[in-house]
Amino acid sequence: MAIQDIKFTKEELARYNRHIIIPEFGVEAQLKLKAAKVLIIGSGGLGSPALLYLTAAGVGTIGIVDFDVVDDSNLQRQVLFDIHEIGKPKVEAAKRRLEALNPHTRFILHNTHINSSNALEIIKDYDVVADGTDNFPTRYLVNDATLLLDKPNVYASIFQFEGQVSVFNYVNKNGERGPNYRDLYPTPPPPGLVPSCAEGGVLGVLPGIIGSLQALEVIKVITGVGEPLSGRFFTFDALNFENRIFNIKHRDDNPVNGLNPTIHELIDYEQFCGMRAVEEKPVKEITAKELYNWQVEGKKFKLIDVREPLEYEIVQIGGELIPLATVAEQADRIPKDIDVVVYCKGGVRSLKAIQELEEKFGFTNLYNLKGGIISYIDQVQPELTRY
Amino acid sequence: MATVIIPTPLRKFTNQTAKIQVEAGTVGEIIDRITHDFPELKKHLLDPQGGLRSFVNIFSGDDDIRDLNRKKRQ
Repeated sequence: MAIQDIKFTKEELARYNRHIIIPEFGVEAQLKLKAAKVLIIGSGGLGSPALLYLTAAGVGTIGIVDFDVVDDSNLQRQVLFDIHEIGKPKVEAAKRRLEALNPHTRFILHNTHINSSNALEIIKDYDVVADGTDNFPTRYLVNDATLLLDKPNVYASIFQFEGQVSVFNYVNKNGERGPNYRDLYPTPPPPGLVPSCAEGGVLGVLPGIIGSLQALEVIKVITGVGEPLSGRFFTFDALNFENRIFNIKHRDDNPVNGLNPTIHELIDYEQFCGMRAVEEKPVKEITAKELYNWQVEGKKFKLIDVREPLEYEIVQIGGELIPLATVAEQADRIPKDIDVVVYCKGGVRSLKAIQELEEKFGFTNLYNLKGGIISYIDQVQPELTRY
Repeated sequence: MATVIIPTPLRKFTNQTAKIQVEAGTVGEIIDRITHDFPELKKHLLDPQGGLRSFVNIFSGDDDIRDLNRKKRQ
């Protein structure tokens, strides 16, 4: 709908009054919000506050991408959800909460894993994208898709006590295009160097702060009010309460929109981020169902748990605890004459443990539990505590 | 005297030290000093040829050192 065709009802004028009376904002900016279509990728820690504030602010259409379901361990930071929504798809739980907040906003749900085959189709109808995902492949995917579709991308990320925000691919009033994620980070770090929040943790209030800044930048991009954080990179260290803004510039060798672009369509981002390289030296895997069958059959095998003692305290499935950092020194506790299943929370640490044991001690009888203890809980013993 | 601020993911290689004071003139000298004091940091900052890894950014003041003239890298 063209902006001149948009009208506010009396109720809307009253609802948005605190915006409209700001001289720099006014009814014009509020109309732009109502006309806008914003896509929020990830409705977790960052997406929760971003969605709440953008809905409250009166964005007309909001798309939400998330494939996950609400889990009790989300509620420490994902303030969009409550205990009644546990086990339900996040996009649907989000819609219920947000519709109760603002009946004038329309929601489009994408209950799917965004990937190279669907990203362009999902993103193409939106005006602005806000990336609040928690992994490098999706971050590069969203970056490249927004470049190919010529959309601004409001980026945020968090880790432990630190957060980052920037506005990518923003074209200012003079027609100058700002840098993007590939200008800041041409390549991702090797897998494992920067753990996800699920592995490394995050202070719950931090995504509340950073996701709110992301919502702020989305509003500025839509309305043209103020100076968006384009060409600048904001970092916040909650531990010391220090923030910095660094200048970032466009790179001529950017493979998507540099001087000699080599990427003209979406690529395989798992491979680009080195995830496939780990799989090149495959270790034997066992699924949770197969492990259950071994247990039921009474097969002779050993279970090794490479998580940390505090995780073991939350939930365990009978494995002997040998934390990843100690597997080499405790390798003599692992038998070589029977099959051994190694597991952690999600399957990454156990993969590292097996690679180390095979390389240093010549084990050939180790199986990695695919998807870790979480997969076992989901598929075999749902009554156990997830975390 | 320069103050080097280490981002969270790299602090596991600096004994969780967030800020390092270094008596050095250029960015190159600073990198030499901190990778000498924290050898584990070296392979994450520099490639085998000694170049800065492309997933690492070093800012001097507010600016990326890649954008600064080499002479000004102090």
